[in-house]
Amino acid sequence: MTNVLEVTGLTTTFSRNERAFKVVDNLCLQVKRGESVGIVGESGCGKSVASLSMMRLLSKNGSIAGRIQLNGADLLRYSEKEMQKIRGKEIAMIFQEPMTSLNPVLTIGKQLSEGLEKHEGMNRVQSRQRVLELLTQVGISRANEIYHEYPHRLSGGMRQRVMIAMAIACHPKLLIADEPTTALDVTIQAQILDVMKKIQRELGMSLIMITHDLGVVAETCDRVLVMYAGQVIEAADVRTLLRSPKHPYTMGLIKSTPHNAKGQKRLHSIAGSVPAPDHYPKGCRFAPRCEKVMPVCLEQNPPLLDVDQQSECRCWLYRENRESTAVNG
Amino acid sequence: MKTPLLQVKNLNKKFLVGKGWFQQPSYVHAVHGVNVTVNAGETLGIVGESGCGKSTLGRCILRLIEPTDGEIVFEGQNIRSLQKADMQKLRRDMQMVFQNPFDTLNPKLTIQHILSEPLIAHGIPKRERAAMIEETLEIVGLNKSHLSRYAHEFSGGQRQRIGIARALMLRPKLIIADEPVSALDVSIQSQILNLLQDLQEQFSLTYLFISHDLSVVEHIADRVAVMYLGEVIELAKKEELFQRPMHPYTQTLLSAIPITDPDEKKERIILTGDLPSPSNPPQGCKFHPRCWACMDVCKTETPPFTEADGRLVACHLYTK
Ligand SMILES: Nc1ncnc2c1ncn2[C@@H]1O[C@H](COP(=O)(O)OP(=O)(O)OP(=O)(O)O)[C@@H](O)[C@H]1O
Ligand SMILES: Nc1ncnc2c1ncn2[C@@H]1O[C@H](COP(=O)(O)OP(=O)(O)O)[C@@H](O)[C@H]1O
Ligand code: SF4
Ligand code: SF4
Ligand SMILES: [Mg+2]
Ligand SMILES: [Mg+2]
Repeated sequence: MTNVLEVTGLTTTFSRNERAFKVVDNLCLQVKRGESVGIVGESGCGKSVASLSMMRLLSKNGSIAGRIQLNGADLLRYSEKEMQKIRGKEIAMIFQEPMTSLNPVLTIGKQLSEGLEKHEGMNRVQSRQRVLELLTQVGISRANEIYHEYPHRLSGGMRQRVMIAMAIACHPKLLIADEPTTALDVTIQAQILDVMKKIQRELGMSLIMITHDLGVVAETCDRVLVMYAGQVIEAADVRTLLRSPKHPYTMGLIKSTPHNAKGQKRLHSIAGSVPAPDHYPKGCRFAPRCEKVMPVCLEQNPPLLDVDQQSECRCWLYRENRESTAVNG
Repeated sequence: MKTPLLQVKNLNKKFLVGKGWFQQPSYVHAVHGVNVTVNAGETLGIVGESGCGKSTLGRCILRLIEPTDGEIVFEGQNIRSLQKADMQKLRRDMQMVFQNPFDTLNPKLTIQHILSEPLIAHGIPKRERAAMIEETLEIVGLNKSHLSRYAHEFSGGQRQRIGIARALMLRPKLIIADEPVSALDVSIQSQILNLLQDLQEQFSLTYLFISHDLSVVEHIADRVAVMYLGEVIELAKKEELFQRPMHPYTQTLLSAIPITDPDEKKERIILTGDLPSPSNPPQGCKFHPRCWACMDVCKTETPPFTEADGRLVACHLYTK
């Protein structure tokens, strides 16, 4: 099957006070048509920056290197004007905090119609009809009333639904959802994930689901990338990743979730904390917290290599498996 | 049976909202007729969705905000009638740990200063303070090299350790922990949960553990109270609650937890609609507009919070 998105060697650098640091380091990612790919990792590991980079929505102090191909076209070569035509139509994004991307002075109806009138050339009547359909599609029951409401009058769950409606309005090929349910309660999260899965199926859309919650990944994704300190440290299909994780960090993460501690008095925990981007250690970035650290780990950052048919992993423990396709990091 | 460490009886808290000149005053009944007991040495978990009144309940128990009515009995004494000074003394025994330690740790003060405050407030002589601070810091996994630093120099997990050290300073009997791990990453969250459990054993602490995260509560609590729109709607031993939730809302809540096992398929209950506004809650059973088991009686009559099958539950399904 063809890839909708192919990201190769994506590296995002921020400069602050004359110092530059890599926040996303050599990210490679392919997303097939209709596929859901998860990106998991703890806060600060670069998930949001990676997705903003793909949307070309970084703040001015950030610069991007690498290649981002959407249906074969390299997005990094596009001008801002060209990007504006693509955003929403080809590739759309949902943000963690919907209020930041909804305009507080426009009604829900106005905001949703705008994109349709701009991208699809619809007139008022057509766009209104379509907006009502969209609101219903994302599970808003009183679409007629909500159409005239302002964002601040909606609950968090409703706003997130409006965001989803807005994101799918022009049938994008790819939807990037950055922690779409993190700010929501579990029952509302269940509703939203349900809606997203349904819509994805209906539209045959590809999805990148960014989250720190392995449960959300298990529920929604086909494949997962685990990020740690700006780098992908493991990639596999969901089942393999959750059933037989390869990287010590992924193993630790899965074991640390309370749900997996059934009956045990103490939880597994990973010592230490995530380093900041300007303090990434020289060798393996996980080495200061790793139970299996070896001398080589302190000297050299391991490359991301195939461990077997199913998994790629960035760890010196799997040195022997290195014969195959190296993507160096 | 021993008297419980804490008894909360018919506690209510109403907040006045809508205060415009020509507006009728309206109220949010944030905590509504709550009855819970907490036994010495146990952990009572309080779960429920955002806005259901968990934090308000916790704050009322410590009288950080004044309840509208009801009783709070701590070690047999009704603390609602205590004067300010006596209440202040009692705070030695009852402490709070907050969700976001950053908000509650003054950024202009060093850790030394922050940890001295409770000691000064309770008249601990200066010569004893340093040793107590150092000891407590080590207990929570920090050390005296951290004393001269400011809160913003610490990671989220370390800040929560400082928040816990502050609460632990005077060796309280009860700690009310309001979402103590919700702002932390999974790998850090488990460190803090382990720490809280170790401290409980070491100092025979009693916890009221507030969280919206059901798997965290399942791990740490002995008994669990589920809240919905200001009311406790089910209270049971942890194992019983998680294995066989009785209230339809508890069932929904448990079914909504995403699980990391790709092969464990569970029957998910998807609710329609949002949480109703707490200033205008539905009549009868407050859950009835979203309940799939709703009967006629539910729309008009509030189900009593009564014993059914060895636990407490407020639902007409179990009142016959
Ligand atoms: N000072 C206040 N004035 C008016 N209303 C308030 C006040 N504090 C809380 N409320 C309301 O009381 C209800 C309960 O709030 P509370 O903070 O206790 O919820 P919670 O269960 O702790 O939620 P969360 O999970 O979001 O922390 C909410 O409807 C809230 O808006
Ligand atoms: N505009 C920016 N300027 C400088 N640093 C940034 C900017 N945005 C994010 N960062 C830094 O990049 C790192 C990764 O951030 P982010 O991608 O938001 O993490 P997350 O994985 O939690 O989404 C963090 O250390 C963050 O502080
Ligand atoms: S490379 Fe070494 S330190 Fe890094 S995860 Fe593997 S074993 Fe641990
Ligand atoms: S009392 Fe009625 S509406 Fe309320 S939870 Fe029970 S069955 Fe549902
Ligand atoms: Mg983020
Ligand atoms: Mg709260």
